[in-house]
Amino acid sequence: MTTAAVHHEAAAGGHHELSFVRKYIFSTDHKIIGIQFLFMSLFFLLVGGLLAMMMRWQLGYPGKAVPGGGVLPETMASGGVILPEFYNSLVTMHGTFMVFFAIMPLLVGVYGNYLIPLKIGAPDMAFPRINMASFWIAFGAGIIMLAGFFATGGHAAAGWTSYAPLSARSDLSGVHMGQVLWLVGLIVLGLSSILGSMNYITTVVNLRAPGMTWFRLPLSIWALFITAILVLLAMPVLSGALIMLLFDQTLGTHFFDVSAGGQPLMWQHLFWFFGHPEVYILILPAMGIVSDIIANGSRKPIFGYHSMVFAIGAIAFLGWIVWGHHMFQSGMNPMLGTSFMISTMVIAVPSAIKTFNWMGTLWRGNIHFHTPMLNALAFVSMFVIGGLSGIFMASTPVDIFQHDTYFIVAHIHYVLFGGSLFAIFGAIYFWYPKMFGRMMSERLGKVHFVLTFVFYNLTFFPMHFLGMTGHMRRIYDPTQYEFLRPYQGTNRLITVGAFLLLASQLPFIWNFFWSLRKGAKAPLNPWRDNGLEWTVPSPPPHGNFATTPTVHHGPYEYSSPLTTDDYLPQNQEVRP
Amino acid sequence: MRRMMLAVGTVALCVACGGGGGGDQAGGAEGGDQAAPAAAAALGTASVSGNVLFTGTAPANPAIDMAEEPACRDKHPEGPRDPEVVVTDGKLANVFVYVKSGLPAGQTFPAPSAPAVIDQDGCLYHPRVLGVMVGQPLEIRNSDPVLHNIKAVPTVNRGFNISQPQAGMTTTRTFSDPEVMVPLECNVHGWMNAFLGVVAHPFFAVSGTDGTFTIGGLPAGTYELEAWHEKFGTRTASVTVTDGGTATVEFSFAAN
Amino acid sequence: MHWLPPQASTFASEIDFMFWVILVITGIAFVIVEVGLLWFVIRYRHRPDRRAYYTHGSKTAEIIWTAIPAATVIVLGVWSGRVWGEIKRRDRLPANAVRVAIAAKQFEWNVTYAGADGALGTPDDFTVRNQLHVPVDRPVVVDLTAEDAIHSFFVPVFRLKQDAVPGMRIPVWFEATQVGEYEIACAELCGLGHYRMRGMVHVHTQEDFDRWMLARAAGGEGR
Repeated sequence: MTTAAVHHEAAAGGHHELSFVRKYIFSTDHKIIGIQFLFMSLFFLLVGGLLAMMMRWQLGYPGKAVPGGGVLPETMASGGVILPEFYNSLVTMHGTFMVFFAIMPLLVGVYGNYLIPLKIGAPDMAFPRINMASFWIAFGAGIIMLAGFFATGGHAAAGWTSYAPLSARSDLSGVHMGQVLWLVGLIVLGLSSILGSMNYITTVVNLRAPGMTWFRLPLSIWALFITAILVLLAMPVLSGALIMLLFDQTLGTHFFDVSAGGQPLMWQHLFWFFGHPEVYILILPAMGIVSDIIANGSRKPIFGYHSMVFAIGAIAFLGWIVWGHHMFQSGMNPMLGTSFMISTMVIAVPSAIKTFNWMGTLWRGNIHFHTPMLNALAFVSMFVIGGLSGIFMASTPVDIFQHDTYFIVAHIHYVLFGGSLFAIFGAIYFWYPKMFGRMMSERLGKVHFVLTFVFYNLTFFPMHFLGMTGHMRRIYDPTQYEFLRPYQGTNRLITVGAFLLLASQLPFIWNFFWSLRKGAKAPLNPWRDNGLEWTVPSPPPHGNFATTPTVHHGPYEYSSPLTTDDYLPQNQEVRP
Repeated sequence: MRRMMLAVGTVALCVACGGGGGGDQAGGAEGGDQAAPAAAAALGTASVSGNVLFTGTAPANPAIDMAEEPACRDKHPEGPRDPEVVVTDGKLANVFVYVKSGLPAGQTFPAPSAPAVIDQDGCLYHPRVLGVMVGQPLEIRNSDPVLHNIKAVPTVNRGFNISQPQAGMTTTRTFSDPEVMVPLECNVHGWMNAFLGVVAHPFFAVSGTDGTFTIGGLPAGTYELEAWHEKFGTRTASVTVTDGGTATVEFSFAAN
Repeated sequence: MHWLPPQASTFASEIDFMFWVILVITGIAFVIVEVGLLWFVIRYRHRPDRRAYYTHGSKTAEIIWTAIPAATVIVLGVWSGRVWGEIKRRDRLPANAVRVAIAAKQFEWNVTYAGADGALGTPDDFTVRNQLHVPVDRPVVVDLTAEDAIHSFFVPVFRLKQDAVPGMRIPVWFEATQVGEYEIACAELCGLGHYRMRGMVHVHTQEDFDRWMLARAAGGEGR
């Protein structure tokens, strides 16, 4: 690893004027690619949300026609009443779109692309054309994934976890083409991710500006870098498993079919060996971004920077040896359950370290409550709940009862929404001025935040209680069980919360698009932040830096005794 | 590059749409009762009528434990039994009789638009055995306030597996190839079975409780008829009919 | 409103006890963090004459808030491992257990009883759909398998859950402590009828159980 940056002025593309298509559609500029990922992912975030609304309707009012549901084809709904097989598709595609086409690309595709070169002082990624390919491949994967809704037999309906044999045998699920498209779509997406991760790693290792040593990197970059390593190592495992399942569906192989010597549990091992690092892929960049924003909002250095880096590494490393905690009740040897339980308990520790360090950053700070900061604070407070609920499932005996109940659903959504999505909102509000050269409305941002925070908790906190009743997941109609009927009121409450949560996104959508044209012109550094990206115009030109910056100190020198200002950009020398 | 993307996307969508496979909602007129053939495409004026006999003691039909489905159990006050073998006074019902060969070569028969109807009531299929033409809509109805799934497990045709979680729901499917017989099953109620005889012509019938059946509209000629029962296998018979005439035929099954 | 279901097996109370202990521990952590956050954001909010306290951290703090969570999770882990072993270990199944086989398939539980001779796999076995009859206060071992997709045998009041996997025979034991009727649910997505894959456990007194077994084994009703 070298600390010297390699000059890549040539990658800035020369001085000839590019066509509109080369500039904004097939662009090799990491910033444009990041913005392309942003628009695509926000679209899929909305799609995933709408699918969830249909699920929640059926759960809140089982067997009642969805308003406007008459437009749905009779393979999905009968007179507007969602059919059980379509409900299973909704469950599957909500998870699939949210994990693979919303959260992951929002964190890794958008902010990995946008921030890495800017924050390390590089003109672009190491491989700009591969970067462009990475976006368009992901776009193609999205089309393939949407196409599944038009397949005979419906879209994939075996859960986003796609357990075999249900996912391998069309005679069991009723789905063939939809499952095939799901598999192909994810394989294609995996290619995009692997190309992207390879690019990020190379860029961070090789293109840091002079003075940008490893331990002067912002935590967002550390997190994105380590995440990229996880992606590089985990996605191929998923791709392998997907290909085997695809062969079972199309070529007559029997990898997961026990009647011909296959092993259903092997799917779970392969999927979760990828799947657990995947959830850390979904949270680590969020943690890194939150660190940057909290330090900025507190006007204080991150508390325990080195511990924070260590914790990211520890989470990433331990994340490889906990996958069996998704399989405690799977029928695998119970002794394995014990070993996975121990590693899972241990991985709680680095997350605790990070939480306390964020609190330490706030302590004795000078806290400004701009919209990004509000979202970052929500991350910390909500992620903690998600992390703590994980301890219940980590305890194998408690998991006997809680596995595959709404307790898990609550946990997932507290870490993915309460965690990742609030961090994403924070990131969007924070870097929007730099990306688009305009300020978003602070007032609308705060309205969006408060409404989202309230209705998000109204929607997901009661799910912990439902889980305690034993309420199973992926259940089309809970009223079929006597023991669940008393809690149908809770289901209705959650449904109402979900609809209000969706409605709460309207101020955000309005703010985002209106500000593109009508927002106040963004100054160079509206948040008075230390990062290198704030030293270049909003938006930055192609090539980012007119001359390669030189870095003189760490990323969190806020309220330093060496300055009168309460911030100190990384490339600014301190006058003695 | 952009055009290629558009083409690839279009191809992906087309591939996804796949090949047909039914699924349109039929506004069905009432059609097809248990014993009468689909009369739509009469070709001639001859007819075959017959009897299906059963000799020996019919085995007792198994009782069904509907404890988990009170809504269905309550429709069977005398205790539900699975009507595998329906014998009344030596006559066997639910035998599917059809013309196996002898029709003029190359003759095609348009499928009627009126659907063949099968109902789920009391967690049993009504009728248990039903004939339907290739291309004719099969309308599946749920008269029970419980979830039924209807899974067709053909070997030649494309199968389907659809659910009807509420009473009053109807779904329509068609078959594209002749197949005798296509089994239907419900996986929520594992005792439920029905059998569809899919034929490319309208010359078929199902014997009633009195053992009788009639196939009309045949052109004069010699035909091979096959009679199928779910437990006792098949019997064949040859019959010759003249214009305006009626031939009789008898099939005989016996307890093993 | 009462959330946890009633307890009707010997290990239900142990699992619930663990749940409550973890709730208390995580509750304490929750209060510390959330109250701390709230206090900090109020106490240290920006005011015009404030300047933040410039520090990069504290090694002592790091050690404390690493050691305490680590110790806590280790204790929880050891305790969990012990209880888990008692419930799920397959080489130490309880003696004198009634043996039953359950084959899960779309969308029903086929329960095979040993019949009068008390041994599974003999000609006097009989199979009943969706109804599991067991005696109270006596261990029951279920040989669990699946015929098609993966299902999961879940009895909430027993705090019992075990995935049923095609190709595997997994022994699962419980001892019911209360006479009554309790629902069985499927806890692994298995197709369109998954939500209705409902069965019933009938816990009888030993006498009632024997009586039921005799009547059923002698050619009782039901497919």
